[in-house]
Amino acid sequence: MPEPDGAKDNRVAIEARGIVKAFGHGANALRALDDVSVSIRENEFFTLLGPSGCGKTTLLRLIAGFEFPTEGAILLYGEDIATLPPFKRPVNTVFQSYALFPHLTVAENVAFGLQMLGKPKSEIGPRVAAMLKLVHMDMLGERRTDQISGGQAQRVALARALAPSPKVLLLDEPLSALDYKLRKEMQIELKRMQQETGITFVFVTHDQEEALTMSDRIAVMSAGKILQIGSPWDIYDKPAERFVADFIGETNFLTGSVGQVERGVGRVTLESGAEILANIADGYRPHGAATIVVRPEHAKAVKQGGQLSGTVENIVYFGTDTHIQIKLDDGETFTVRQQNARSKSCGFEVGDRAGVQIAADGAQVLRD
Amino acid sequence: MAEAAEIARQARRRDVRSRWLLSAPALIIIFVAAIGPLFVVLAYSFMAKGDYGDVKFGQYSLDGWFSVFFQRDIFDDTLTFADAHLSIFWRSLRLSLITTAFTLLLGFPTAYFIATRPRHSREIWVFLVTIPFWTNLLIRTFAMQQVIRNEGVLNTLLIWTGIIDHPLQIMFTDTAILLGMVYVYLPLMVLPLYASMEKLDFRLIEAGYDLYATRLSVLWRIIIPLVRPGIVAGSILVFIPSLGAYVIPRVLGGGKNMMLGNLIELQFSAGRNWPLGAAISITLMIVVMAALLVYVRNASRLGAQHG
Repeated sequence: MPEPDGAKDNRVAIEARGIVKAFGHGANALRALDDVSVSIRENEFFTLLGPSGCGKTTLLRLIAGFEFPTEGAILLYGEDIATLPPFKRPVNTVFQSYALFPHLTVAENVAFGLQMLGKPKSEIGPRVAAMLKLVHMDMLGERRTDQISGGQAQRVALARALAPSPKVLLLDEPLSALDYKLRKEMQIELKRMQQETGITFVFVTHDQEEALTMSDRIAVMSAGKILQIGSPWDIYDKPAERFVADFIGETNFLTGSVGQVERGVGRVTLESGAEILANIADGYRPHGAATIVVRPEHAKAVKQGGQLSGTVENIVYFGTDTHIQIKLDDGETFTVRQQNARSKSCGFEVGDRAGVQIAADGAQVLRD
Repeated sequence: MAEAAEIARQARRRDVRSRWLLSAPALIIIFVAAIGPLFVVLAYSFMAKGDYGDVKFGQYSLDGWFSVFFQRDIFDDTLTFADAHLSIFWRSLRLSLITTAFTLLLGFPTAYFIATRPRHSREIWVFLVTIPFWTNLLIRTFAMQQVIRNEGVLNTLLIWTGIIDHPLQIMFTDTAILLGMVYVYLPLMVLPLYASMEKLDFRLIEAGYDLYATRLSVLWRIIIPLVRPGIVAGSILVFIPSLGAYVIPRVLGGGKNMMLGNLIELQFSAGRNWPLGAAISITLMIVVMAALLVYVRNASRLGAQHG
């Protein structure tokens, strides 16, 4: 199994314990975070992923010290920092808006944190130069912040936050203002810098693709709670809840009943009567009809046989692959994704009868 | 081609002419009402003084300018500095600088407070700051007199609470003038400060805290450099009218504690020395313009940095 989880044995860098953050008082209070606990390991690229308003930025701001938790503790290497002001925390932030100081040059921006820490000039100069080199901005140190592009501002913000060698670097949707191509480049750059500096990165994003490609581990958040924490592979292939399966990638939902369960794999009877083997999510408790998810690429359309059958409703060509939407006999729509071969059609026409063959190990039973 | 160029040149000429015509009314008002009178004052300062005030037209003299700075002893003709004038110059400068400093000290936190309120309540605070402007300056100054005079609100309160047993003599001192000027000119400091603080990106302050800056460092290294245009504008707006203040020192300072405004008035009335009055007026203007020049250069250098 391709589980990129080398950081597993490392020490815990940041730990949130039972964090509640309420805005407002009494009955009107809005619980932005509702009993959130998470451990982030040293040297890890950890991503908080969720739609806007899920509480991911609030959690980041609590770690940075811009907000204080209503309840719970935040531990940095075992030490509770929840009540410390931000300037006493060895944690730096890359802001979504970059927040570069407009009255200072690029180099002065990078030097700011070091100056505030009272480092001697002889140390600040070389450190600033090294940081600007790391982000490929060494030629532009004397520029004003309004004389550089958005992508360059992004790099300066990164250099500024990395210069004081924080124990943890927080990144609040830092790539969201960049265009697609630049974003792709910066994703690779960020990953490289994290590996080069060995600093723990906590990255906030609403972009599932960004989360999957960059992270060591991902926490999927919704409505102030963490729903699932795991490697990108875990999150994509073994979603525990409907929200996680739906938010990340495309998914087919089926209904069935779970029979015998053995070592995390259950015998599931689908509504069509077909029987398949499916992976069972952690924390699953038998509760009548279960929801089963199958990713489109874990099933294929067949002329005969298959666990499900229906009529081809729509065929969408994507270049690298083709999506075939099949209206099942029970009325639900099921999408399969097939890799395209050169000068060969997918073999189906709209209106054809087709079966759906779910790959072995292609199905997952959710816990909710 | 040549023809097209000629047409373009004519059009440009027409453009220039209509621009001048359109701005003519404003220019005429500026010259007649603002710049013209200044030249009259300048001309008067170089004329001989008349016996009952006024000037002797056609008779030019440097006496007016001379007596701004020097005085000739009436018995032995020795030349000394005009101590009385110079001390009034110095008092005006000193009181204006202190007033500017105090209004800045009081206005800065006030403006910061307003700028950090929720958007809808900021307007109410700004409105409250402007309320004193609704009343005439003279009435506001007399109100201040009611507060600080020996039988006034402040002294009555202090005696009643037993903090002092004799009334504090505030009236007719420099302190009274200072209190009056700080009170009257404070809104002129708060408003421009607020205008530049409102534009302040408060995420920059968070970024400062994040980079280990303490509250004091954030104030000195981030907030003050960013709102400097507001500080400069507010200081100009307070310093200039303070330097030429007339009503406040007249009412609160009494006859002894004159400022430049009162000295000028004296020369045109009881002093019957119009050339001297005109020369002092021009001197005051030169001081103000010098101060402005320093400030503007300061501000534009900062503006260039901001781009």
